[in-house]
Amino acid sequence: MAFYLKNPRNIINNLKSKVGLWSLMKQSHSTCCYSSCLNTIHLHRFLPLTTLPQFTNPESISHKKGHFPHFQRFQSTTTEKQIDSVPNDEHNQVLDFPGGKVVFSPEMRFLSESPSVYSQCYRVLDDAGQLISHSNFVPVSEEVAVKMYSNMVTLQTLDTIFYEAQRQGRISFYVTSIGEEAINIASAAALTSDDIVFPQYREPGVLLWRGFTLQEFANQCFGNKADYGKGRQMPIHYGSNKLNYFTVSSTIATQIPHAVGAAYSLKMDKKDACAVTYFGDGGTSEGDFHAAMNFAAVTESPVIFICRNNGWAISTPTSDQFRSDGIAVRGQAYGVRSIRVDGNDALAMYSAVRSARQMAVNEHRPILIEAVTYRVGHHSTSDDSTKYRPADEIEWWRMARDPVTRFRKWIEINGWWGSEAESQLRSSIRSQIAERAEKPPVNDLFTDVYDNIPSNLREQEKLLKETINRHPKDYPADVPI
Amino acid sequence: MGLRNIIGRRLGLGLVRRRKPFSTATCDGDGNGNAKSINLYSAINQALHIALETDNRAFVFGEDVSFGGVFRCTTGLADRFGKARVFNTPLCEQGIVGFGIGLAAMIVNEAAKFRYRSGNQFNCGGLTIRAPYGAVGHGGHYHSQSPEAFFCHVPGIKVVIPRSPRQAKGLLLSCIRDPNPVVFFEPKWLYRLAVEEVPEHDYMLPLSEAEVIRQGSDITLVGWGAQLSVMEQACNEAEKDGISCELIDLKTLLPWDKETVEASVRKTGRVLISHEAPVTGGFGAEISASIVERCFLRLEAPVARVCGLDTPFPLVFEPFYMPTKNKILDAIKATVNY
Repeated sequence: MAFYLKNPRNIINNLKSKVGLWSLMKQSHSTCCYSSCLNTIHLHRFLPLTTLPQFTNPESISHKKGHFPHFQRFQSTTTEKQIDSVPNDEHNQVLDFPGGKVVFSPEMRFLSESPSVYSQCYRVLDDAGQLISHSNFVPVSEEVAVKMYSNMVTLQTLDTIFYEAQRQGRISFYVTSIGEEAINIASAAALTSDDIVFPQYREPGVLLWRGFTLQEFANQCFGNKADYGKGRQMPIHYGSNKLNYFTVSSTIATQIPHAVGAAYSLKMDKKDACAVTYFGDGGTSEGDFHAAMNFAAVTESPVIFICRNNGWAISTPTSDQFRSDGIAVRGQAYGVRSIRVDGNDALAMYSAVRSARQMAVNEHRPILIEAVTYRVGHHSTSDDSTKYRPADEIEWWRMARDPVTRFRKWIEINGWWGSEAESQLRSSIRSQIAERAEKPPVNDLFTDVYDNIPSNLREQEKLLKETINRHPKDYPADVPI
Repeated sequence: MGLRNIIGRRLGLGLVRRRKPFSTATCDGDGNGNAKSINLYSAINQALHIALETDNRAFVFGEDVSFGGVFRCTTGLADRFGKARVFNTPLCEQGIVGFGIGLAAMIVNEAAKFRYRSGNQFNCGGLTIRAPYGAVGHGGHYHSQSPEAFFCHVPGIKVVIPRSPRQAKGLLLSCIRDPNPVVFFEPKWLYRLAVEEVPEHDYMLPLSEAEVIRQGSDITLVGWGAQLSVMEQACNEAEKDGISCELIDLKTLLPWDKETVEASVRKTGRVLISHEAPVTGGFGAEISASIVERCFLRLEAPVARVCGLDTPFPLVFEPFYMPTKNKILDAIKATVNY
């Protein structure tokens, strides 16, 4: 439940150290009014059971999750400080409805459909890579910063290699992440290797950061016998249980509720880890997004939702996708803390994700991060985006707003990088990949449908082998029988 | 159900919906008038242009329809009929269908039961849902599926699948004008590759009427969509071995034309059904059970089914998964020699 305060500044200052959000709260905030409270941090107020009226009817208690064991299950491990209640005068009476606490008012005022100011977007580096004054961010060591930059460059190289391979017909399909390198790498850098990732499909950089090799990417794209996915899926559908990165599926937004369930499990097992899920602006229109956000809030699960708002869902611009002021504003609708970040600012991304992780794990709460960016590449190799957007717009974002160049400027300013290091990096990135022509054996068609192969599949496998013997020419030579 | 399952190429829930009832008189689209050689997506595009032209309460909306669609089926519609009638929707299949049902009937709820549960006070008959389906050579799990069997299990909707451009145009116009909600599956594989002479005028092909597209006397083959061309190749080869095959395009799966299939089975005494979807629980099972019920004493051999395997649709193993010409040919011979 959101709780509106008359003097947010005082109370927030008072609570800074106690709630552990001080590093985020340097923003100025307007006084509370119904329609533009977006800048104010809304603190979740936790209602202990005892303040509710005691009903004898057990149904009404359970309606409030009153059964003690259930109640315990959803309780945060750190109880938050009770906020002073609103002064109880005749116009501002607070009343408990089963549906929530309300504050009455005789003035009829509708909540505006849009804020009077756009929700703020957190950024720390300007377009020239200079640190903005009065910015606050989580410091990054030289080692981590250089690793971040190198990974961003490697991701760009990866995209170039595989895009070319698709154009040459060596792989059937590819999806680039051009323009979203900072989101990929900086978010990955801010997580730990124990954090479980549920990607959409434009986040290979997270795998790259965790150590997936160029060859491992290639194996999946070529569907060869070293592919962990056993050649079953289209290219870019990577997965690695070792690196805690759930296998990509083409379906949009289905991974979001999965992440919430996984986060809940981590909480139950008291792990020092969270779940992280990525999706685009289009994905937020799916019912699964709504379900996931709501479940995450109610179950108090340590999950980070990262929305890559890159302006396009294939050909559909955000104006056809939603009319809210972006995605971050939706967090409040579900009781989820949220932030809007410049997705092309690697340092801001790193800071936001790092802080989000801390809150998620320590406070058992979901966090929504909206990273605004631009999809520089086409949606995929099956798309030609010049059909629905101007070519010069694409070029401008590719050149003038490139997140990789921007971060490079910052590390150069710090004296951590130079042109020699740059040329060394570029030349050292191995662009040789072995295609390893042999595919997985045909037996892998039938395995893993279930844990054991059921009788109908055994029978089908037998019949298939007979068919192959009769008509060998119908079948590709590179799949071992 | 996973209708949202395509990267890039959305199951373009292109929805078409119209509000006025339309005469179901049909002409069969043969012969007279101008005809041009066009492919499947162009034929569908023509049908949509005609639908919007002839009914000013018709709309087309869904994922990426505005710029022309990921398979080009909605090219030119937004420019010609305007953004109020042809528009992108947010990325949400349940929302698209729900919105479509409401627009078709002015109250929001599930399409199939709409008429029935209201005692025919309300209906959303003007709703047609278009979706691509089927194997495409490299689609993997989510871009090769044939989910028609799910929908055939829902009384109250119709399920229609065209085999070619000329069929697609006429059937789509019938679907749009049919006073029942319809799901129209378009074989992705054929969007570009299938080319045929298609009359340029407005014509409709009847729903729930199967078509015997090849006469024969030894065995009846039943199929739909892109699979028919594979079956036809098998029929040609079987002929060289002296087996005369009758091939039927079901066209409408729900409600399906039992009479035409039965009449054929009474003639041949043998039947083989083929579809890309997995064999277990596939629509072939319904056809088989029905034929056995009604033609038991006439049957000379068990009903054969040559279908996809009971696995998710695999990428590199696609050639092994598919019901190929040779698998069908082997089954034809086995059935005839039973």
